Amino acid sequence: MAVSGLLLVGFLAMHMLGNLKIFFGADSFNHYAHWLRTVGVPLLPEGWFLWIQRFALTAAVIAHIAAATVLARRARRARPVRYVHRPKVQGSYAARTMRWGGVIILLFVIYHILDLTTGTLNPVADPEHPYRNVVADFAPGRWYVTLFYTLAVVSVGFHLRHGLFSAARTLGQRTPRGERLVRAAALVLSVALVAGYLSVPFAVLTGLVD
Amino acid sequence: MDIQVRVWRQSGPEDKGRMVTYDVKDISPDASFLEMLDVLNEKLILDGDDPVAFDHDCREGICGMCGMMINGVAHGPERATTTCQLHMRHFKDGDTIDVEPWRASAFPVIKDLVVNRGAFDRIIAAGGYITAPTGTAPDAHATPVPKPDADAAFEAATCIGCGACVAACPNGSSMLFTAAKVAHLGLLPQGQPERDSRVVDMLEAQDEAGFGGCTNMGECTTVCPKGIPLSLIGRLNNDYRKAIGKR
Repeated sequence: MAVSGLLLVGFLAMHMLGNLKIFFGADSFNHYAHWLRTVGVPLLPEGWFLWIQRFALTAAVIAHIAAATVLARRARRARPVRYVHRPKVQGSYAARTMRWGGVIILLFVIYHILDLTTGTLNPVADPEHPYRNVVADFAPGRWYVTLFYTLAVVSVGFHLRHGLFSAARTLGQRTPRGERLVRAAALVLSVALVAGYLSVPFAVLTGLVD
Repeated sequence: MDIQVRVWRQSGPEDKGRMVTYDVKDISPDASFLEMLDVLNEKLILDGDDPVAFDHDCREGICGMCGMMINGVAHGPERATTTCQLHMRHFKDGDTIDVEPWRASAFPVIKDLVVNRGAFDRIIAAGGYITAPTGTAPDAHATPVPKPDADAAFEAATCIGCGACVAACPNGSSMLFTAAKVAHLGLLPQGQPERDSRVVDMLEAQDEAGFGGCTNMGECTTVCPKGIPLSLIGRLNNDYRKAIGKR
């Protein structure tokens, strides 16, 4: 759970930095998108790096879901008779919503790939101009896309807030002082990622990027 | 004060069980929760009914025998308090209080509020001990222990094995209990020889007993009557990682 999760967080951070290229203009963003296909050339043929990354990420996602399924099933088996009176769990909202939050994120990732990778659900779907695809995606008329995107990104933020701390704990974080540090770092990183990801659709929505 | 209790009644392991409501009148606010149940039981016995079975022993908050879900919270609403040390003044006159046994497949109900916590004994038997020559006690200063280590080990050793951590855990995991035992021995020089095998064997026993997996929610620490810190679970994970690495 922890290892696959941290791998995915690493990808999220790189993906967000790439997204922010949109603020440097269409050429910068498009150039970055094309560059991704040529990473590793000439050692690797064109596009191979991207495919290796996709396979690694898919493997991490599958491992993450498999581990979550095992934990959820074990939890169900460990308490076959439920409590009659059970107030809300006292843990944080983030910790309580890990499982359903994860499902929302998975659904979003599927939509996101169909939208901006394959272009199936994109109104422009021009593989040569990813900048135009993004701007068309978050146009004010398609507010529901922005809404779903926002919901998914906020879910990622909550997921990471508990996930990063939990991963550190699983990997052996063991002092109370370290716990405070890790919890603070998890919060800062989650907020930074949410802000970074949300800056793009809201920049398009407000006309900052067009 | 007059209260109503809704208690889980289950005549035996095979019975399906149900919540039954009883009125308990004229309870002193200074009575403990268990004393309130004693009063209820005396009334039930006089009425010719079966008294409510519940575990208890020292009634001083140190043995770990008592324990029940009170309004869905293990050991009731007071922090760092066992059920026997919980007093009725923390409830209001006229309250309806729900009382249920610990719910975990590893803790099957024997009767009413009494569960079999033998699964904890199996975890302890798997590694919660040290190899020490018996006979005369060694000199107290024969093995130096740094004061911070002794304090940390003692904090972990205050675990009374009541099972509240399992009862409260949304995953039904006994991780805090196992972590407390692993840390308590692993922090001391006497616990070093079996440090690696201890953590692996105790975790295996925990899984075999049917407890759930830990997701670091922290419910366990919140309800723990001894305030065992959540960070001990990280200590267990750290020991486990090192032990597996050496295999």
